[in-house]
Amino acid sequence: MRPFDYQRADGLDHAAQLTAQPATRAIAGGTNLLDLMKLQVEAPGTLVDINRLPMSGIEDTPDGGLTIGALASNTATAVDPRVRRDYPVLARAILAGATQQLRNKATTGGNLCQRTRCYYFYNIDQPCNKREPGSGCGALRGVNRIHAILGASDQCIATYPGDMAVALAALGAIVETTSRRIAVRAFHRLPGDTAHIDNVLEPGEIITGVTLPPSVGGTQLYRKVRDRASYAFALVSVAAVIGMEEGRITHAALAFGGLAHKPWHDARIEDLLTGAEPSDALFDKAADLLLEGAQGYGGNDFKIPLARRALKATLREATSAEATGAVA
Amino acid sequence: MTISVNGTPRSFAGDPRTSLLDFLRRECGLTGTKKGCDHGQCGACTVLVNGVRINSCLSLAAMHDGDAVTTVEGIGTLASLSPLQEAFVRHDAFQCGYCTPGQVCSATALLDELALGWPSFVSGDLAAAPEFTDAEIRERMSGNVCRCGAYANILAAIREVLGREVVDARQQPQPQEQAA
Repeated sequence: MRPFDYQRADGLDHAAQLTAQPATRAIAGGTNLLDLMKLQVEAPGTLVDINRLPMSGIEDTPDGGLTIGALASNTATAVDPRVRRDYPVLARAILAGATQQLRNKATTGGNLCQRTRCYYFYNIDQPCNKREPGSGCGALRGVNRIHAILGASDQCIATYPGDMAVALAALGAIVETTSRRIAVRAFHRLPGDTAHIDNVLEPGEIITGVTLPPSVGGTQLYRKVRDRASYAFALVSVAAVIGMEEGRITHAALAFGGLAHKPWHDARIEDLLTGAEPSDALFDKAADLLLEGAQGYGGNDFKIPLARRALKATLREATSAEATGAVA
Repeated sequence: MTISVNGTPRSFAGDPRTSLLDFLRRECGLTGTKKGCDHGQCGACTVLVNGVRINSCLSLAAMHDGDAVTTVEGIGTLASLSPLQEAFVRHDAFQCGYCTPGQVCSATALLDELALGWPSFVSGDLAAAPEFTDAEIRERMSGNVCRCGAYANILAAIREVLGREVVDARQQPQPQEQAA
């Protein structure tokens, strides 16, 4: 690990001031950042410890939603009775990720800022436009089993690896920062020709929390397809919130993990499903919309049919659960 | 800054790069906690911080000013093993033993987490208290790798301490209990 200065933030303003400086990173749980620092993928000159800032609470909002503090651990969020009752897709998504030890340390803000698990990003001997802009993309013609099929560019085909943010995207959550409110769906960005920029946070801008809108109930599912039964990143994941009445879908909110540089959201799928009667043909049309323009790069071609099957299976399960009155 | 380790205050003023793991092993001389992968993947370095299990390799000592750390040395001693450690011995829940301190710390925390009713990925009903099934124990121990493959006996040891014989539909026939 490269040497760095360690500073503890006294307050949010202090933290914002410090992290506005070049080569400075905020550290919360550190489970991703320290891993990357050991590999010298990240080499900040200064680390600003924000763990003592009062941002770990989970509070009701006046309109019936919930604000989860940036420093709430993933465990604290997943075990919160309100999250388990009103936002089960979020609890499920968090519990589907990492291990208990990591979830105990990982935070809301840190998890949103989690970096890709692309092998080329992790190996400093390989070209990677995300790690070293202009060096090329080793994955494009290399080993790319875990890579993106949607929204990629010829500069970068990395995926955003997290689960929590996929559920937050489906739920229409808002990222609160020291200067503004950003929809989770707009927080992460596509690689384009600036693959080194993962999200829209500006230097010195610190995430303070995430706000969930009031629960819409319905059946909430998180389906994660991965290589192992536990402790593996998603090849494809689907977060779904589906409401039904009298045999028709009244509400549909969906987001996808493992497919792109960001949690993938496509409002056209929700528009198609809303008001419609569930059927296999309908679910196929939904998958057609999702996968319009999908492109494999060899090793990840399998993700295209896998995403179709994962979406259809999720919709079948959600609509039949609603029909029988079962609760996820 | 001061970090309480197994109830003893220890001061830390070293290189900020020092992980909590290296602090425990090198500066406190507590070598029970093991360094396996040093990247949070194997769980050999698991310790409890303020009662919560974490990977000590993925945390800086400097971030733990005022925290209370419990290592395997604080869980039991040779003269007085914890019930979980006794069960590990009884069930032969190890071969080389390298992962065992992490397994013991992790399982110690697991018992508390189940008592608190925390759900896991395999819990059927998020609102209900989790059941004490083998599937639950396996999922909750997935952050502790054992390359000798002593999983069946680790599972048996934890199951015994959970105080129930658990029937899991997915469970293969139970391994024969070893005579004590």
